[in-house]
Amino acid sequence: MSKNKSNKLFEPALINTAFKQSFIKLNPRIMFRNPVMFTVEICTAVMLAVCIWIATGEKTQGSLVYNVIVFIVLLLTLLFANFAEAIAEARGKAQADSLRKTREETPAKWIQPVGEMYVNEMKVVPSSQLKKGDVFLCEAGDMIPMDGEIIWGIATIDESAITGESAPVIRESGGDKSSVTGGTKVLSDKIKVRVTTEPGESFLDKMIALVEGASRQKTPNEIALTILLAGFTLVFIIVCITLKPFGDYANTPITIAAFISLFVCLIPTTIGGLLSAIGIAGMDRALRANVITKSGKAVETAGDLDTLLLDKTGTITIGNRKATNFYPANGIDATAFTEACALSSLADETPEGKSIIELANINVNTFNTNGAKFIEFTAETRSSGIDLPSGLKIRKGAFDSIKNMVIKAGNSFPEETAEKVIVIANNGGTPLVVSENNKVLGVIELQDIIKPGIQERFERLRKMGVKTVMVTGDNPLTAKFIAEKAGVDDFIAEAKPEDKMNYIKQEQQGGKLVAMMGDGTNDAPALAQADVGVAMNSGTAAAKEAGNMVDLDNDPTKLIEIVEIGKQLLMTRGTLTTFSIANDVAKYFAIVPALFITSIPALQGLNIMHLHSPESAILSAVIFNALIIPMLIPLALKGVAYKPIGASALLRRNLLIYGLGGVIVPFIGIKLLDLLVSIWF
Amino acid sequence: MNTEIFGVFAMFIITVLLAIPLGRYIGKVYNGDKTWLDPIINPLDKFFYKIGGIKPEKEMTWQQNLVALLIINLVWFLFSMLVMMNMSWLPLNPDGNPSMTADLAFNTTISFVSNTNLQHYSGENGVSYLGQLLLMFFQFVSAGTGMAACAVVFKAMKEKNADKLGNFYSYFVKSCTRILLPLSIVIAIVLIFNGTPMNFQGKDQFISLQGDTVNVSRGPAAAMVAIKQIGTNGGGYFGVNSAHPFENPNYFTNMVENVCIILIPIAMIFALGYMLKRKRFAWMVFGVMTIGFLLLVIPSIYQEMKGSNAIHKMGLLQNLGSMEGKEVRFGPAASAYWGITTTVTSNGSVNAMHDSFTPLTGMFAMLGMMINSFYGGVGVGFLNFYIFIIIAVFISGLMVGRTPEFLGKKIEAKEMKIAAIIALLHPFLILVGTAIASHLYAGNPKEYADWLNNPGNHGFSEMLYEFTSSSANNGSGFEGLGYGNGSSVGDNTPFWNIACGIVMILGRFLPIIGPLAIAGILAKKKYVPESAGTLKTDTSTFAIMIFAVIFIIAALSFFPALALGPIAEYFGMR
Repeated sequence: MSKNKSNKLFEPALINTAFKQSFIKLNPRIMFRNPVMFTVEICTAVMLAVCIWIATGEKTQGSLVYNVIVFIVLLLTLLFANFAEAIAEARGKAQADSLRKTREETPAKWIQPVGEMYVNEMKVVPSSQLKKGDVFLCEAGDMIPMDGEIIWGIATIDESAITGESAPVIRESGGDKSSVTGGTKVLSDKIKVRVTTEPGESFLDKMIALVEGASRQKTPNEIALTILLAGFTLVFIIVCITLKPFGDYANTPITIAAFISLFVCLIPTTIGGLLSAIGIAGMDRALRANVITKSGKAVETAGDLDTLLLDKTGTITIGNRKATNFYPANGIDATAFTEACALSSLADETPEGKSIIELANINVNTFNTNGAKFIEFTAETRSSGIDLPSGLKIRKGAFDSIKNMVIKAGNSFPEETAEKVIVIANNGGTPLVVSENNKVLGVIELQDIIKPGIQERFERLRKMGVKTVMVTGDNPLTAKFIAEKAGVDDFIAEAKPEDKMNYIKQEQQGGKLVAMMGDGTNDAPALAQADVGVAMNSGTAAAKEAGNMVDLDNDPTKLIEIVEIGKQLLMTRGTLTTFSIANDVAKYFAIVPALFITSIPALQGLNIMHLHSPESAILSAVIFNALIIPMLIPLALKGVAYKPIGASALLRRNLLIYGLGGVIVPFIGIKLLDLLVSIWF
Repeated sequence: MNTEIFGVFAMFIITVLLAIPLGRYIGKVYNGDKTWLDPIINPLDKFFYKIGGIKPEKEMTWQQNLVALLIINLVWFLFSMLVMMNMSWLPLNPDGNPSMTADLAFNTTISFVSNTNLQHYSGENGVSYLGQLLLMFFQFVSAGTGMAACAVVFKAMKEKNADKLGNFYSYFVKSCTRILLPLSIVIAIVLIFNGTPMNFQGKDQFISLQGDTVNVSRGPAAAMVAIKQIGTNGGGYFGVNSAHPFENPNYFTNMVENVCIILIPIAMIFALGYMLKRKRFAWMVFGVMTIGFLLLVIPSIYQEMKGSNAIHKMGLLQNLGSMEGKEVRFGPAASAYWGITTTVTSNGSVNAMHDSFTPLTGMFAMLGMMINSFYGGVGVGFLNFYIFIIIAVFISGLMVGRTPEFLGKKIEAKEMKIAAIIALLHPFLILVGTAIASHLYAGNPKEYADWLNNPGNHGFSEMLYEFTSSSANNGSGFEGLGYGNGSSVGDNTPFWNIACGIVMILGRFLPIIGPLAIAGILAKKKYVPESAGTLKTDTSTFAIMIFAVIFIIAALSFFPALALGPIAEYFGMR
């Protein structure tokens, strides 16, 4: 997948499609959705009529060439705006297609239901014929034909086609890791999978539909912005129409081309033309981050998030806890203790156990374990260990279980070890006490390893105003320590699924927007409750259905990226609106003197840019207005860079670049264009 | 320092110094806190509540408050129409002034109910004393209406999550009895001591040195002058308003009256800071308004003191500044300062002829009304500013990467729709009104020749000014509209009376309804607590943003029109 991620904005193939689409989108019925550009289309039509009128002999409207140029520039303005939307759509679709391609037309081993029972009556059918509820079989080497849920078996699966992660993952029926994705490959074993989606209704299909014009819904913020832009457009309609009687009063004839140019320059065409492209590009950026969004609104909401619920394991800490220290009891030889620790963990297949051997740094093959008996961990004894033929019984386990064992045997529990146990627990670690023949040897410290760089990410989030909450099954003491060390703002310890739900509700009561990530079926209610619920792709179908985003990488830190994508989307809208409106200052000073200068020569004083002639001034302004759209397409698609520097600093920065820049750039641009245009006009 | 400039400077500083404690007092009044005037005014308020059947403790929703506001205004409208059209035979008419025609009564009534005080009549011979007293009553209640509407919006901004937003009647009565009345009494006494008449006698007579008999109008002037200044009304007792030696006898009364023009509008901002406990926010608002105000007033004073180029070319000395249409006792600086203060607020009283201002001063006066929120009218000035805040918050909120929120409330499509409508209303009324007038004039210059005293660019400015003044509920006139149709006052023709009347109603009530609705809707929304990512609205950066929104949306929309009027005139006179 990561291989498919192209950072090139304009690929030739996409440009071709977008080019065609820009013409198709001229259809007024499609254009109507965008009030700003729709008025431009009407103006273009009027200009066409004016050109025909002049061609048939009208003399008062200026030269034909000049009018035709105005017409062409307006048409280009429309096409540029359409192109922006089309290229954003094409990019989004290409991205989605590359994901979809992996799952097209793979042969599926369909298990035919016979009567009420499933028998192993297999039939190979193309994947496109599989319907929701069908069951298929996958064996080692098979490509999984459709998204589904494992109903039987366990298998290792290569998901690199989707996630780009080469290490195979284990998926099994029941539990929270039962989902498989079409296009991934079974490496070992055999599974039976039930199809969970109808063909054409997978998340990816929904996403593609979202990107495509027809079913794309405007998000609430997009609607509000469109209203504001329509309001501006109305103001400028009034400004331009009333200018006609004003001109009559002042005996100043104003040509239709001049009216239309003034109008088109003043209305916010820049943001109006790029608005939908910005929205699509937001979803596209999410998809590039391997997140499938189920609605454009979810991306927008992500920018507003106040609280993130993050699972400790995998997000804040690396996988599982590791042994970090051996503390022998008084009078116990350190080397002997280390050896005992390693011995006790020989048969311990848990990551903790392995980490003990790793820390002990002893070659386990040197141990003579012939005839040794391994004691498995049970919930009852809460300890494990080894019984050597020499009669040595080494045990390691939780503090109280070993203590009971030791005291029962009539030995005392060394005080300094008891103290150490408390110190370890206070530091967020887990103490494991090791005993030999019911005598305490010492204690092993297990610690959670906090992901490198995670503190900085939380700091970044804090500057964005986002509160982070760690969710963990640990006891409150350990949780508090890790929370402090990682720099999260709050934590939920000994968390049960309903705790998450309650926390989300409580935050929402206070008006906050909450996001969480989850995979299990028992996460589903909380995912649905959260304002942004990100389900892991490996999660159960219920979880994926409940959330409004699906993360293909199953990466819990993805939430942080999603917040930034949301913020980028909103910022891009804001900055381009500012830029577009700021542009008006220069355009007024270009066109208004040009309108009146012939009849009121005194107004030459307003021509502060010293534009060559009324015609060249008007042409330069409309040409600038048209050209600025394609020049800003890359920005609209990539999004304005988000910097977590606090809201005030961010506003200052953007106001300086896009506000002040928006005032200055058109002055320079229009003057330069005028120098060029004045050669002819 | 030049004494003229010093006088102007002193007026502004005194205004701000008085406005800060007054603002705190107003805040206390609306909060229902104890004030030192309580023992005197509590019985008065109780009396009004009793005869009005008002239960001040019964809180109302924004819709109920709005309905109360509109109904009470409708009643006043009907009552005033009745009096204005029948005052010739009603009591208190010693000079035997005639009743008004229907269109003039309509214009006058709207004008006073809407706090505009555009006067298409002359006070001395246009209305009886009963009429003057009624108009004075409207000067109180229209100011009180604006302030009460503003108080409801303050209350809405203050609430974290509320449906009920106080009681309009109570805010209204309190505004009149606790703020406008005490201030007016003080001002009126100051004026009486300086020579402004306050009686019910008819015209006085004296025989001048040449032996001519001169009739001098008198009446209850001091009381009316006080409230017209303090309540941003502007409707003078005498035709020439505060240029009249009885209405504004000397430089001292000029300072007092001029301070009064912007006193409450500025105090309302500090009242906001006090009520919301957001002093920084109030200072931010004050800062934006003040910078806007100074940008208009400083070049105006400069232009007037510099004198007119055209007169200079005729060989007349201009070292006293441009004195055409100005009172010698005030001089160009104080006249220009008044000219701008009266137009940025929706006051509209004048102490000099605005038609005679140099072109750019005329333009700055118009810009003050076009923006209409650099301080603005009592109460309503902030309501206009509120719309600009909402638009600025929307754009800058996006720029910090969040969906926009103001004081913890999300701004969404519905609020944006209202804000957009209100923002475009003002340009719509002014430009369409002027366009119709221009169209009529351009279509048949002969028939409408007597409309305009001056043809060309200045005539255009006169029409533009009239509609701007009506829409901004300002009420000052360029006064250049021609003396047509045989009436004594030029703008008293059915066209101007009715057209300006309609513009005044729309320009008054829609900008009250809009902000009230937005604030009411926002008050009901869920409160979103502030975080580090939230846009701060009390910073200088946000102030720049609001200023830019006002400049580009409100001011630049009028650029083409202004180019044809004052700007063309200015460049033509150079």
